[in-house]
Amino acid sequence: MENLIEYMPLLLSGALVTITLALFSLVLATVLGALGATGKLSGGIIAKSIVGVYTTLVRGVPDLVLILLIYFGGQRLLNIVGNWFDADYIELSKFWAGVGAIGFIYGAYLTETFRGAYMTIPPGQIDAAKALGMRPISVLRTVTIPQLISFALPGYANVWQVLIKSTAVVSIIGLEDLVGLANDAGKSVREPFIFFAFVFCMYLLFTFISQNIFMYAERKYALKGHDDAV
Amino acid sequence: MKKFVIAATVAATLVSAANAADINICVEGAYPPFSSTEPSGEVVGFDIDIANALCAEMGQSCELVKTDWDGIIPALLEGKCDAIIASMSITPDRMQIIDFSTKYYNSPAGFIGAEGMMESGLDGQRVGVQRGTIHHSFMEGVFPNVELVLYGSQDEIYLDLVAGRVDAIMADSIAMQEGFLDTDSGAGYAFFGESYSVPEYHGDGAGVGVRQGEEELRDAFSAAITAIRESGEYSMINAEYFDFDIFGG
Amino acid sequence: MRFDLVADNWVMFAEGAWMTVQLTALSLLIGFCIALPAGLIRARRIRILSPLINIYVYAFRGTPLLVQLFLVYYGLSQFEAVRDSFAWPVLREAYWCALITFSLNSGAYATEIIRGAIETVPKGELEAAKSLGLSPRKVDFLVLIPSALRRALPQYGNEVVFMLHGSVVASVITIQDILGAGRTLNARYYIAYEGFLTAAALYMSITFVLVFAFRMLERRYLRHLRVSH
Repeated sequence: MENLIEYMPLLLSGALVTITLALFSLVLATVLGALGATGKLSGGIIAKSIVGVYTTLVRGVPDLVLILLIYFGGQRLLNIVGNWFDADYIELSKFWAGVGAIGFIYGAYLTETFRGAYMTIPPGQIDAAKALGMRPISVLRTVTIPQLISFALPGYANVWQVLIKSTAVVSIIGLEDLVGLANDAGKSVREPFIFFAFVFCMYLLFTFISQNIFMYAERKYALKGHDDAV
Repeated sequence: MKKFVIAATVAATLVSAANAADINICVEGAYPPFSSTEPSGEVVGFDIDIANALCAEMGQSCELVKTDWDGIIPALLEGKCDAIIASMSITPDRMQIIDFSTKYYNSPAGFIGAEGMMESGLDGQRVGVQRGTIHHSFMEGVFPNVELVLYGSQDEIYLDLVAGRVDAIMADSIAMQEGFLDTDSGAGYAFFGESYSVPEYHGDGAGVGVRQGEEELRDAFSAAITAIRESGEYSMINAEYFDFDIFGG
Repeated sequence: MRFDLVADNWVMFAEGAWMTVQLTALSLLIGFCIALPAGLIRARRIRILSPLINIYVYAFRGTPLLVQLFLVYYGLSQFEAVRDSFAWPVLREAYWCALITFSLNSGAYATEIIRGAIETVPKGELEAAKSLGLSPRKVDFLVLIPSALRRALPQYGNEVVFMLHGSVVASVITIQDILGAGRTLNARYYIAYEGFLTAAALYMSITFVLVFAFRMLERRYLRHLRVSH
C-alpha cells in the first residue's frame, strides 16, 4: 500500500496521458468518421470503395496488431516520405502512433454510426427545407446537424466507451500511460496486484464519468417535439 | 503550480524530446544490473554508465532512448536511435543486419533454478528465456527437448520463476547473479549445470550496435572503448557493479 | 520484406492460429454458459442476484481486457496464499489465466446481449404459448429462450469478433497465439513488419469467415423477422 502511495503522482500523470490519448484519438476518429460517412453517402464510386475497404480492413484486425504495425511501419513510411521531400528525420512517437492507430480504428466504427444517423433523417425534411428556399448551409445547420447529433449520440457514446478501454494496449509499445506505468512499477516493487487493482478502479471511474456526461448530452440534444413531426 | 505540472507532463508526452543531442542511444531498462528503471522513470545501470562514459570520451552529447528489447533493432534501423547499448551480443546472425563496435564486456550464459536442480533433469521442464536473445536461439539449438517459455523482458521471467510458472531460466550469468540471485527474491535459487559460451550462439561479447555503413561511428565507439579501458574509467564503473573484471578475455 | 521467413516458419503461425481459435472458441462457450442464466436473471430482475450480476457486468465491461488479464496473471500470483492454494495448478498456467479472464469478460458482454434480447421478445409470443397450456418452464425453454437467442444473433456475432480481437492480449503473458508467433518471428530475425503483417492477415481471414458464418446464420434464423416490402 505504501508503495502505491509513493507511486501515486506518477500513476496519476499516467492517467492523464491515458485521457489525453483517448481524447486525441476521439478527435481523429470523429474526423475520419465524418469523412467516411460523407464518402459513403455522397461520394462517387471511387470514394465509396475507398471507404468500404477502410471500414472492412480495420474491422478485421485487432487494435494491438494495428498499433504495432503503425508504430514500426509508420516510422518507415514517414522516413520514406521524408526522404522524398528531403525533410529532416521526423520521429513518430509512441503517443502519436497510439493516437493514429486508435483514431484510425474507431474512425471506421464512427463512419457507420454517422452514416446510420444520417439515414434516419427523413429525406422529406431536407427537401422541404430546400423548397422553402433555404441555402444548403442553413439546411445543414438547422435541419441536418441537430438531428444528426441526436441520432448519432448513443452510438458515439458506445464507441467512446470501447475506445477508452482500447488505450490500454498502447502500453505494449512502451507508452508510459496508466497501464504501462502501473505495469513497470508493480513489477519492480513486486506488488503487481495492488497496482493493477488501482488501474482497474481508475478505468471504472472513467467509464462512470463518461456515462454520466453522455447521459446529460443525450438529454440536452434530445429532439423536442419530434413525436409531433411523425 | 499544479496546472503547470499537468501542462508540462502533457507537453512532454506530446512532443517527444527534441533531438538536440549528437547521438541518440537505445537502452533497455529491465535488465538489472546492466539497465533498470528507477521509480522516477530514470534508467540506470552498467550499460548506462558505459554509454555516458563513451559519449564523454568521444566528446559528443548523447540522449538515451528507453526501448523495449523486442523493438530495439527495428528502432535502430528506422532511425529512432543511432546506436544500441543494451548488452547486445555480437553474433553472426545480428551482423547480417547491423554492425557492431568491438565488445565492451563478455560474460558466459548459464541456468538458474530452485536449489538442487540438475541439468540432466531439464528435459520436459519449462525454461524461461527472453525472446530474440542469444539464449533463445541457444536453447532452441542445443536443448530442443525443454519446453521454452518466451518473455519480453528479463524482469518478467524472475517474477514467473518465483511464482513457479517456469522451472529454470537460461540467461547471462552475471545478469542473473546481480539482478536476481543477490536480491531478496533470489533466496532458494542457484546456478546449476555448465556455463556456456558457444561462439555460434553467444558471439564475442556485448558490443555497441550501429546501422550498417556507419563505419565512422562504429570505429569511434571502438576507439572510445579502448580509451576508457586505458584511462581507468572503465575499471571505476566496473567496480561499482562487480568485484571482478567483466571485460573478459 | 522477407516473407520467405514467414513461409519457413508457417508451422509456428499455424500453431498460433490454432491457439487463438481454440482460446477464443472456449472462452465464448464458457462465457455463453455464464451469460444465459445471468441474462435471464437480469431480465427478470430477480432480487439480490440481479444486482450482483449487474456489478459483475459493470466491472468487466467497464475495464480493459488487458488490465483484467494482468490482474489475474501477475496480480494473483503475487500472494503466497494463492500459490499454496488448490487453485494454483490452474492459475499457474498462462493458458488457464487467459481462458478464465476471457470467459468472464465474454460472459459479461453476452449477459447484456441476452438480457436485451429477452426484453425484446414480444409479449404476444409468450401469451400465445401460455394459452396453449404450456407450463411456465416450458414457455421459457421452448419459446422465450429460443426466440431471444435468435434475436441476439447479430449482436452476438459482433461479440464473437470482439473476443477474437480481444484475445491478442494473450501474447503478452507468454501465450504463443497468432500475435505471439508474429512477435517471435520478428524477434528471431530482427525484423519489424513481416510478423505483424502476417498476424494481421490471419486475424482478418478468421474475422471474415466468422462474419460470413453469422450472416448465413442470420439469414436462416431471422428469416421470420425480415420485413418484406
